Amino acid sequence: MDSFLPGAASLVDCVDKKLLVILRDGRKLIGYLRSYDQFANLVLQDTMERMYHNDTYGEEYRGMFVVRGENVVLLGELDEEREAMHLRSLREVPSAEINAIVKKEAEARKQMDLVTGKILHARGFCVDFAETDHY
Amino acid sequence: MLFYSFFKTLVGQPVVVELKNDLSIQGILVSVDQFLNIKLDDIRVTDEKRFPHMMSVKNCFIRGSVVRYVQLPAAAVDTALLQDATRRENAAEK
Repeated sequence: MDSFLPGAASLVDCVDKKLLVILRDGRKLIGYLRSYDQFANLVLQDTMERMYHNDTYGEEYRGMFVVRGENVVLLGELDEEREAMHLRSLREVPSAEINAIVKKEAEARKQMDLVTGKILHARGFCVDFAETDHY
Repeated sequence: MLFYSFFKTLVGQPVVVELKNDLSIQGILVSVDQFLNIKLDDIRVTDEKRFPHMMSVKNCFIRGSVVRYVQLPAAAVDTALLQDATRRENAAEK
């Protein structure tokens, strides 16, 4: 991720910003990006894990993270205003409660993905989703 | 390097990036790198609002490894140039 070439993607503009990081296991982490490298390995500080379900959400504090780049799907720069508006339309619930719901949903989705994968395979499609991908 | 160079010619264009999880993200292509990681501005999640977490995000960095398709404006692509570049790039191989 060289930054001296114009038009070259770099995470240097994201450093010290509050980011939403989506991981391949489906988790959404929100934290401040402190460091990164060419593999998109990340250091996130003051990280919260946020879980969504219908019109509710839950948050859990996770602290400092080093995320291995291969697990990263995308990083989004959080716009404070938009986030405040977005959260106002939802109801916060205790994280333990929503965690259980989200886990069950993830299980169901995993089963669906397995079946879908088999069908696609049978029709000659390449299935990129690994067993551990739930994003 | 061919596709990296190709994408660099498309910086500033509106594109739609479809990820392997079927999420489609529309945005302006800001930058690309050698891994075909993509940075988009002014994003809008097309197709599904089943991805509510993206509501508060305006710009994003997408890891190249999770991209399935990048939909481009046809007018922005000079296919003749692209074909020439492809031939040149593969001329070395036999």
